[in-house]
Amino acid sequence: MTATVIAKRRVDVDAEGFLTDPMQWDEELAEQIARDVGIPELTERHWLVVRFMRDRYLQTGNAPSIRSLGKESGVPIKELYQLFPKGPAKLAARIGGIPKPKGCI
Amino acid sequence: MSTQRLVILGAGTGGTLLANRLRRRFDPDELQIDVVDRDDLHVYQPGLLFVPFGLAKPAGLARSRQAQLRRGIEYHEAEIDHVSLADQRVHLDDGWSLPYDALVVATGARLLPEETEGMTGPGWLESMFTFYDLPGAAALRDALAKFDGGRLVVDIADFPIKCPVAPIEFAFLADWHLRRRGIRERTTVTLVTPLDGCFTKPVASKHLTHLLQERDIGVEVDFAAGEVDGAGGRLISYDGREISFDLLVAVPLHGGQAYVERSDGLGDSLGFISTDPATLKTKAGDNVFALGDATDLRASKAGSVAHFGGEILSENLAAFLRGRSLPARFDGHANCFVETGNHKALLIDFNDRIEPLPGRFPTAVGPLPLLRESRLNHLGKLGLQWVYWNVLLPGRGIPFVGPTMPLAGKRLAAAA
Repeated sequence: MTATVIAKRRVDVDAEGFLTDPMQWDEELAEQIARDVGIPELTERHWLVVRFMRDRYLQTGNAPSIRSLGKESGVPIKELYQLFPKGPAKLAARIGGIPKPKGCI
Repeated sequence: MSTQRLVILGAGTGGTLLANRLRRRFDPDELQIDVVDRDDLHVYQPGLLFVPFGLAKPAGLARSRQAQLRRGIEYHEAEIDHVSLADQRVHLDDGWSLPYDALVVATGARLLPEETEGMTGPGWLESMFTFYDLPGAAALRDALAKFDGGRLVVDIADFPIKCPVAPIEFAFLADWHLRRRGIRERTTVTLVTPLDGCFTKPVASKHLTHLLQERDIGVEVDFAAGEVDGAGGRLISYDGREISFDLLVAVPLHGGQAYVERSDGLGDSLGFISTDPATLKTKAGDNVFALGDATDLRASKAGSVAHFGGEILSENLAAFLRGRSLPARFDGHANCFVETGNHKALLIDFNDRIEPLPGRFPTAVGPLPLLRESRLNHLGKLGLQWVYWNVLLPGRGIPFVGPTMPLAGKRLAAAA
């Protein structure tokens, strides 16, 4: 774990850039992380997914998998990939300030 | 005291061994045990991997479900329509219903090839197969026998899946099979996974990646297949990338059973049961428990997890039925033999906290080496089938192998 500066704030992140303390997160931070990972602007659809991931993590301690995300968020998986290229669950988790979703072995 | 009623849904690995353990523990006038399953075919699933290569015969892998249950257990062969948590009753599709004081959901996972666009369309069971069920494994055997080289692709649609190492084992065995037939040189073997590595536990991943490289098996990571074009032989990812194949071995999406979706409050959106990883009690109620592949646990969906979890759950159910608090805690213990071809296998043993590490199993002096290829591990894998029918399912313990993962014998310093 290392401390870094995002959007002029000191935050703790893991080796892959995921926040280790979800409480250090806010929307300004989310917008900066999104730009860092190649999403210039967060649209309403992006926010819907990011908030869904974050709320679910804070409620249950687990971030949903891409399939549950597709079934429960109301955003189809294909669109999730258009919104968050290269890995919707991972990117939305990173932007939402929660730990990287764990794959099962 | 009146007789209590336990209903166990599913007569696979977990349901069967749990029913047998509890039948030995309680007199019939203390506890009635009802077990429900849709058919009378209990398949030894670890054997499915060998069928496509002619190394196991389909008929040798299946037995009667009912015959694995002790006397004094009521077996109902019926589809489950739904569970009514409110009136504590399981409704069967033949019109019967079973009231329960305690319920165990152990109906496993269901293969959902139709949930990937195009998968069950043109080419299904012609150039696209799965070995995850008995008819699929047998059909793949026939196709592989006719296969004369080209692009062989093993694709994992998404997790969770049963036995997460099986696709890797399939690639190892395919490599061996093709070499023996002299057509390996004109065949590419590629393993396609939605994860960012062939295996998510760092130390084991390093070992397995090395073994894959040695055998010239390609690995395509971060590829989430959203669509299959069977006629054109193309696997297409959600983000538009393509992989061509001549023969596709698909590990389809998995979900819980359909009745879970019809039962208010029982499962999650994928049909799995939200379960406490330590006690195996579910979120559906204090008298509802779940075991094995049917759960939403992070632990692997594998027979060994159902087995170790079953030992823990039989302790907890016995306590629950006697009105005591739940004493036993599951650690997610799992182990499996990973076939690597040429009569060798490696063994991994791990839990929720400790990743698979090198060393020896089940004790510090072995006899089995961990995370290293050996003939002994291969013989262990073959011997497991006898142990399964004769020791595991009857609900007896395996000597030296307890439900909690042993630390003795593991080189903890090797952890990542």
